[in-house]
Amino acid sequence: MNDRAQSTLKIITNESGLEVKPLYTAADVEESGGTTMLGEPGEYPFTRGIHREMYRKQPWTMRQYAGFGNPHDTNQRFKYLIANGQTGLNVAFDLPTQIGLDSDDPLAAGEIGRVGMSIDTLRDFEVAFDGIDLDKITVSMTINGAAAIAIAMYLAMAEKRGYDVKKLRGTAQNDILKEFIGRGTWIFPVEPSIKLVGDTIEYCAEHAPKYSPVSVCGYHIRESGATPAQEMAYAFCIAKAYADEVIARGLAVDEFAGRLSYNFNIFGNLFEQVCKFRAGRSLWAKIMKEEYKAEKPGSMWLRMIAAGGGGGLTFEQPELNIVRGAYYALISALSGTQTMALCSYDEAYTIPTEYSARISLRTMQILIEEMGMTETVDPLGGSYYVETMTNRMRDKMEEIIAETDAQGGIVKLVSEGIIQAKVSAQAYQMQRDIESGKFPKVGVNRYRNEHEDEHPVEFHPYNEDDARVQVDGLNKVRAERDSEHVARTLAAVSEAARAGANVMPAIVEAVKAYASVGEITKELVKVYGRYQEPIRF
Amino acid sequence: MNDTGQQRRIKVLLAKPGLDGHDQGAKIVARAMMDAGFEVIYTGLRQTPEQVGRISLEEDVDVIALSSMAGSHLPFCRKLKPLLEADGLQDKLWLIGGNLPAQDHDALRELGFRGIFPTGSKLDAIVAYIRENVREHVA
Repeated sequence: MNDRAQSTLKIITNESGLEVKPLYTAADVEESGGTTMLGEPGEYPFTRGIHREMYRKQPWTMRQYAGFGNPHDTNQRFKYLIANGQTGLNVAFDLPTQIGLDSDDPLAAGEIGRVGMSIDTLRDFEVAFDGIDLDKITVSMTINGAAAIAIAMYLAMAEKRGYDVKKLRGTAQNDILKEFIGRGTWIFPVEPSIKLVGDTIEYCAEHAPKYSPVSVCGYHIRESGATPAQEMAYAFCIAKAYADEVIARGLAVDEFAGRLSYNFNIFGNLFEQVCKFRAGRSLWAKIMKEEYKAEKPGSMWLRMIAAGGGGGLTFEQPELNIVRGAYYALISALSGTQTMALCSYDEAYTIPTEYSARISLRTMQILIEEMGMTETVDPLGGSYYVETMTNRMRDKMEEIIAETDAQGGIVKLVSEGIIQAKVSAQAYQMQRDIESGKFPKVGVNRYRNEHEDEHPVEFHPYNEDDARVQVDGLNKVRAERDSEHVARTLAAVSEAARAGANVMPAIVEAVKAYASVGEITKELVKVYGRYQEPIRF
Repeated sequence: MNDTGQQRRIKVLLAKPGLDGHDQGAKIVARAMMDAGFEVIYTGLRQTPEQVGRISLEEDVDVIALSSMAGSHLPFCRKLKPLLEADGLQDKLWLIGGNLPAQDHDALRELGFRGIFPTGSKLDAIVAYIRENVREHVA
């Protein structure tokens, strides 16, 4: 273009690889495709928001990630967060639980209760959610490999407390394909893992129709090195893989798609993030309507948690992460999210203390109470820049999806480690760019402090005794339960798996008999085997 | 230089100890080491102390490097140390990187980890440290 040829300004591209111009006008909007994909809030294709009144009717849910030690410790933290105005829970499980190991498994030693709460049996769920009103506080569970068991335990716990499971809301992360790309809490090989996700969707569609059995996570793919456009495009590819699995069983898209949800990441350029969400909302609606022939608007909604991501926070000058968190929360609000969470300022060091978790919560509350962020829907809508970049981001995502499909599809690319190698190479380049100063990071390659330990972070204490308490609790449950009944329900789990049937009904029965996470996992491993990680660079 | 007069490439085992699934950092460090010309054996996730010891011995590596992000570095290294010593690997260069609170660094050094690279460490610094400290073993 002429104006560029004459300009001395250097060309800037965002992380997704799209050029950012110094000025946008109506002509740019037209050139990028106009406003045909804009629409009104609450109307297809939902670029401006999935609801007409958005936060005017109800502010976003605030759902800080929390959990550590044993279920009793975690129950106390949940109550603390709720007392401070948090409106949803997001449960962190420890690594043994996430990968299907009991607390007395030798492989669990040293890891019990460290990065989340330890769960062995239904008894632990009863303790963790004791005194919490599950109608008022929706619970999201960050668990993937062992998600089917956690969902079964949650539903069983709620039913036992007298809740109508048909009306129960809540979310499980349960996105195993992204665990193969990043985060790594897989258990079973790719194929049975997808089958298990399908089982949970199918089971919940019938038995717990308000429950969201899957939250597809672009978030961790972004953390692993994906660009914002890749983050969303790969998430859609993964969601389509789960949808295909369920549709192949004979379910109609409108029977389950309304309960699919998403988890996305926020760090980096503000406008690129906002446009990513606006673009993604309309692209997902288009995919569901045009490719999947969905008819219910709810099936086309990109319902999401948009969370301030750890990938943007810095180890250096950690207090600056409070400021970053505030910007991420602003981006999340401007993006029309349903649910918000922030990594706390100390998360580059440790799991958040009560103090740092409260700062994150207050950050979101300031946006609601003081900044007018709930008053008007899609306040950036109509900006020449935002509308142009929204169109360009949508085109970019469609291009990535088409490329992924042309290479054999997301399942194949993940199974072979190709996506992993691609995002890991990008993460390496980004790290090099940060170390060289090419990619600016305040406190890291700009404005470094002479004395980095000026504001030491308070470490969340790890209680070595938690492991012993947890193992004692497990032994007590084992001694008290009807062991013959447990054995029968466990055998039914592997029988269902072997028969290729939906394993959820059998898992629910086993859970109700107080079979443990590790015991149920072992039954499934007998049939499914274990995942072998492809190492590819 | 070895007997044949050829420079042997520095050989590194890069392992992910325990159950931690955060491998972005480990893979970045592996790439940096490969770019530096080292031969890198990356184990993938969920290595037990026994596996780390066995691969270190079988592959005859010069450097045994761990990447730990989820806080279980001390219990893991306490188990690993006697296993490496029993295999006669105490003269290899032991490194650890990741989310390692400053208060744990002395304990890690006492466990034999000479190079400690907490979050914020530079890739070039890791590579340079290995070149500097492994020389006597490789020469």
